[in-house]
Amino acid sequence: MNVAAAGARRRASFTGLYAFFATMIMFFGAFTSAMVVRRGASKDWQGVPTPNLLWINTGVLALSSVVAERARRDLQNGNRRLFNTLWAAATVLGACFVAGQIIVWRDLQQAGVYINSHSGGAFFYVGTVAHAAHLAGGWIAMVYLLVRAFSLQLGPGRRTAVDITTLYWHFLGVLWLYLLWLFWFWGNWE
Amino acid sequence: MSFLSRYIFSTNHKTIGIQYFVLALTAALLGTALSVLMRLHLTYPEAKIRLFEILWPNAAAGGVMTPELYLSLMTMHGTIMVFFVLTTVPQGGFGNFFLPLQIGAEDMAFPRINMLSFWATALAFLVLCSAFVVEGGAPLAGWTAYPPLSAVGSIAGPGMGKGMTLWVVSIALFCAASLMGAINFITTILEMRTRGMSLFRMPLTCWAWLVTALISLFAFAVLFAAGILLLLDREAGTSFFLPAGLVINDRILDRKGGSPLLWQHLFWFFGHPEVYIAILPGMGVVSTVLSVFSRKPVFGYRAMVWAMLAIGFLGFLVWGHHMFISGMSPYSSLAFSVLTLAIGVPSAVKTFNWLGTILGGRLHLETAMLWALAFVSVFVTGGLSGIALGQPALDMYFHDTYFVVGHFHIIMGVAAVFSILAGTFYWWPKMTGRMLSETLGRVHFYVTFLGVYAVFIPMHFAGIVGNPRRYSDFGQFEFLKDVQGLHKFITHAAFLTAAVQLLFIFNLIWSLYRGKKAGDNPWNATTLEWLPPSHQPHIVVRGAYDYSVPGARRDFLMQNESNGQ
Repeated sequence: MNVAAAGARRRASFTGLYAFFATMIMFFGAFTSAMVVRRGASKDWQGVPTPNLLWINTGVLALSSVVAERARRDLQNGNRRLFNTLWAAATVLGACFVAGQIIVWRDLQQAGVYINSHSGGAFFYVGTVAHAAHLAGGWIAMVYLLVRAFSLQLGPGRRTAVDITTLYWHFLGVLWLYLLWLFWFWGNWE
Repeated sequence: MSFLSRYIFSTNHKTIGIQYFVLALTAALLGTALSVLMRLHLTYPEAKIRLFEILWPNAAAGGVMTPELYLSLMTMHGTIMVFFVLTTVPQGGFGNFFLPLQIGAEDMAFPRINMLSFWATALAFLVLCSAFVVEGGAPLAGWTAYPPLSAVGSIAGPGMGKGMTLWVVSIALFCAASLMGAINFITTILEMRTRGMSLFRMPLTCWAWLVTALISLFAFAVLFAAGILLLLDREAGTSFFLPAGLVINDRILDRKGGSPLLWQHLFWFFGHPEVYIAILPGMGVVSTVLSVFSRKPVFGYRAMVWAMLAIGFLGFLVWGHHMFISGMSPYSSLAFSVLTLAIGVPSAVKTFNWLGTILGGRLHLETAMLWALAFVSVFVTGGLSGIALGQPALDMYFHDTYFVVGHFHIIMGVAAVFSILAGTFYWWPKMTGRMLSETLGRVHFYVTFLGVYAVFIPMHFAGIVGNPRRYSDFGQFEFLKDVQGLHKFITHAAFLTAAVQLLFIFNLIWSLYRGKKAGDNPWNATTLEWLPPSHQPHIVVRGAYDYSVPGARRDFLMQNESNGQ
């Protein structure tokens, strides 16, 4: 592949990702408007209790983003060894976040907040599961890149994949902050 | 390359385009067959028809259709036609095949996602069709699937159990597939154009595919979210769309607090842009075909582009006009009404530009051109009744009548199908290397063109009389006695129009084996898909519609032709 074609592929990857962001924003935007309408539709609205673990999960996801970004920059500077370590750490932190979310769901169910029993809970499960599903896609990409990195196949052609994955990961972090605000603040606001 | 990777799981944009085309052709035949059965029942509601009994031994026992069976056919007809025909051929079929060729790209930006997108669509179609054979049969909720009845399961009627669930799953799959397709189209158009192909040198087809992809990207995400909520209401016992105190079939449901209107908002936020997803690619095709067969540049190219962008944008602001009778505030109705009528402006810009394109041209009335002209005709006809329906006071009366059925079939169904046929006759030589028969094409055209007017214009009259839609039998109503004759006429016209489509299918098959061999550029067109296949990238030096350029050596200059002297 010549240089111009490689550049075109790189630009195409970013454009495709931005388009995907747009569709995710519409998806979660529709979800938000449904929540606003549902809350206004009747007087049975209940906010979701926010277990402390949610804040720890938030910290873990933020840390994962920071570490992934660090790793990406190290790869750019040619420091592959450091990239491998940090990227592995970011991947593990990502898995920790999902594990933490699963515990949150379990705890909420033990507290009697089921998807069909609780008006705010229904939106909480849909929103957090949808976020986790998008996250799982990004995580699979991270694992794929990790395998490539450790089998020494992370050539220049894969740099774009690392950049794209990191950017997607940051986007999911911001999306998580938004959802957290929506459930914790707006959902419980009298 | 093995058979599988070449023809089935192919990542080649042309193969995928053909796959979409064949899938949609299958869907169109099925959808048409369903409409014929519905018309047969509507006109002869008491008649014992052996065919019905063979097809549905339970729901049509003794050869008479139950009202539920009629509704399930209506639902499947609408869903199949809107999603798997009108959304699929113009973008997935023609777009995949011709977009890379027209902008000089080797393939779509993400070929594997493209393949995935097609197979998800095919799977969605299979899931939908499987609703016919599950317990209870196909759903009854119409293509809009309004809750509460769509959200409560089989208590709402046969087909509202498993069949309705399959419907929701199918539509969710379709959304995912369309989103993947939209990302691919946007990226391909923005990043993969060959040298010199600036955005404003692109053929209008490419612009139409771009605007359509943008609309899909925003609209299908919303339908996807709504579909997930509906599925949870059905399967997980949530109350997103179900209010408290709901009594269905003498049973009180234990849901509370939801809003059926919420679905309508979410659905129509997708549903109105969806009609532009169906029609915009057709506008691109028609603009091109009118120009080629008039041997004149498209009149007002830039205005055409801006009009498409304006239609795409305004399309997101008018969903409320589907809900005038939902009890919304008159002030909201007024706002939605004004915005709806505002779409008339860019639509009129396009119409006058089409007329401007053919005005004073040397018209070659090949079949492709006839379809393009007929598109303009039905677009105007259907658009005019849209102006009536866009006014809340009139819509209150018309909303649940055949007036609406006539309106949307002409503007959305027929217009989009005419543009698909224009595209088929125009591009078939490129897709297969052979020409379609002009004689068969003309017979098919004239019968279909007169046929659809004979079918859908009388529906407006029935609607004005107050004939309700979605009823399986209106023979009982005194005030509808006078329109029975009209319905008989509509049905016979529909049978004739449906029958003549077989001639079109025959034409396609005949052409594959016996059609005249087409050269590289049978229509003397200017766009890059008509260049002989080449491994060298094309360098574009001019716009897409340079016909009859003064002083040029022939009456057209291809986009990569620098010196026409």
